[in-house]
Amino acid sequence: MPDADAKGEASDEAPQVGKDGMDRRRFLKMAGIGAGAVAILAIGSKFLADRIVPASADPRLRGSTSNSWVMMIDLSKCDGCGACTRACDAAHYVPSGQSWIQVYTVQDATGGTYHLPRPCFHCRNAPCVKVCPVGATYVDPDGTVLVDQTRCIGCRYCMAACPYNARFFNWTTPSYPPAALAHTYSPEEPWPTTKGVVMKCVFCAHHAREGTLPECVTGCPMGAIYFGNENEDAVTNGMGETLPFRKTLQTQGGFRWKEELGTDPRVYYLPARR
Amino acid sequence: MPQSDLERLTAPVRRTTWRFYAVVAPLAAIVALGAYAYYVQFTTGLGVTGMRDYVSWGLYISNFVFFIGVSHAGTLISAILRVSGAEWRKPITRMAESITVIAISVGALFPIIDLGHPDRILNLLFYGRIQSAVLWDFISIATYLTGSLLYLYLPLIPDLAAMREAKVGGRFRRALYGFLSMKWRDHPGQRWRLKRGIAIMAVLIIPIAVSVHTVVSWIFGMTLRVGWHSTIFGPYFVVGAILSGIATIILAMAVFRKVYHLEKWIKPLHFRNLGLMMLALDLILVYFTLSEYLTAAYGSESADTAWLNALAFGPYAYLFWGMVVGGLLAPVFILALTRVKSVAWLVVAAVCVNVGMWFERLLIVVPAMATPQMPVNWASYSPTWVEWSITAGAIAGFVLLYAVFSKLFPLVSVWEVSEETPEAKPTPRPVGEEVTP
Repeated sequence: MPDADAKGEASDEAPQVGKDGMDRRRFLKMAGIGAGAVAILAIGSKFLADRIVPASADPRLRGSTSNSWVMMIDLSKCDGCGACTRACDAAHYVPSGQSWIQVYTVQDATGGTYHLPRPCFHCRNAPCVKVCPVGATYVDPDGTVLVDQTRCIGCRYCMAACPYNARFFNWTTPSYPPAALAHTYSPEEPWPTTKGVVMKCVFCAHHAREGTLPECVTGCPMGAIYFGNENEDAVTNGMGETLPFRKTLQTQGGFRWKEELGTDPRVYYLPARR
Repeated sequence: MPQSDLERLTAPVRRTTWRFYAVVAPLAAIVALGAYAYYVQFTTGLGVTGMRDYVSWGLYISNFVFFIGVSHAGTLISAILRVSGAEWRKPITRMAESITVIAISVGALFPIIDLGHPDRILNLLFYGRIQSAVLWDFISIATYLTGSLLYLYLPLIPDLAAMREAKVGGRFRRALYGFLSMKWRDHPGQRWRLKRGIAIMAVLIIPIAVSVHTVVSWIFGMTLRVGWHSTIFGPYFVVGAILSGIATIILAMAVFRKVYHLEKWIKPLHFRNLGLMMLALDLILVYFTLSEYLTAAYGSESADTAWLNALAFGPYAYLFWGMVVGGLLAPVFILALTRVKSVAWLVVAAVCVNVGMWFERLLIVVPAMATPQMPVNWASYSPTWVEWSITAGAIAGFVLLYAVFSKLFPLVSVWEVSEETPEAKPTPRPVGEEVTP
């Protein structure tokens, strides 16, 4: 119908439209019902979320501590034997195909090679934590970056974001020995887990609080890996040798991998040759 | 509204021949294959794909970006042209808007297909972190889908009412049209409100569409990876999206015009105008591509150089040069040399553009992930039958949904093409409308 007719007919049509459409009262009523429904839905989903994961069970709500874990790896001592990786794999039932601490062979400018063990760097400004859409990966009060595998949706955005390839995915269901299957899962001791979630080095957070050293530290036959509390300014290796943390870094040319990215890692290296 | 228009434009809805089923049956079979492949992946885990810890995103994420790109057809054709008052758009808006809705629906499935734990998707609601670009995507795509559904639905109402009055279709479709047409009686007041609604949606949908493809690009841009960490990604992705959207609407127009004999409405003018728009956007994309790669190459940072070498001379060279020469440059020459006059050549150019854009999406996702970030060798990625089947299923599903759409609703907006008064003039608000008892 051409719009030219519109003006002429409008006065006759107006009441008709009122019947078909909405008057103010009806609109307000509907809006009220709508707002009520939204409120009920919101409260209901919060209630449901609390039932599914009770807030008290959330390990990240542990109170603040005086711990601030750091690791220092002396590359001049590392011979690339891979004992740290094996110790870690065994202790954490690391699914096959993953290496939470991986030893790379690096070629330096002179053509020589050295070995670079890479655990998760537990960055203070962690790109993986930033991008997680559901907060499955988080920083615990001791500064450790952990993954709650019961919340992870498996989007692998954290893996895309991590500049160090320190994250791994359960592409299929991991196979676990009976001892691992009997274990009660927690983000600090993440076994057993399912397929479709992201895994990584846990900095042996559970050990550290009890005063023992991480598996890779005690597993290193060269004593190349040191671990400690930044606030105590001391790091210890598997042989019981304790060094002053800051002073050692300052005097021996300590550095971090890809410092320029601004991720602020908790893992420091001492150069391979000095 | 002239009865003949309604009758001819709803002809595909009234009559379905065996040819339709001959097209639909193989499409449905391919969709079923994709569904089976997903079942295998769901039960076994993502290990059945070619993705691994280094290249942890592959075909699925590329398809996601591609389909969301195609969805920009609707926005551009109908919203931008409507806002700018281009009258020639009327016969093709419906086709464009339906591409939008179908492409978003198919594209939005891919991030879910890519999830390791799709059963936990609701965690996005329970624990969603607004700091994550994934959530930006979730919000903007949900908004875009809602908005474009509305934007498809509003201009459908008068046609649905006309079909209800003309008693088109069997019991199911009559009930559907009766329900969806919502007591539309073609009153001036109703028309006025409808046009207001459409105008508001047209303005709203443009920034939403731009934001959608921008945040899709930011998924990549926000990381620290070589090849992704680029400020140009937002506009680069948006232009690519509009380009592949136009290519898709050209293909749809060519196919439906032939199959449903729509020559009276879809004229050479439409092909020519869209061809010119495709040419313009192709040239803009050439410019963006040059900016993106030249800045990386000229600075020649070692990681950038490694990534570019892999693209230009390494394992991705075929895809890369296929994209640049076949998907970007060839269409420019085809469109320029034929002066956008030949529908057949236009279709060839549109196919080149769409295949090229799909390559481009893959080239953005995969080589950046395969570039070593630590002292290791290049990672490799080759998709498995599961990924190919799901991809084929998605493409077939897209065509299938479009075919089904064409059997439920007229592909050309009947009331808009029958309207004699140019819509460029604002419709006067009918007197007496303000006071409703």
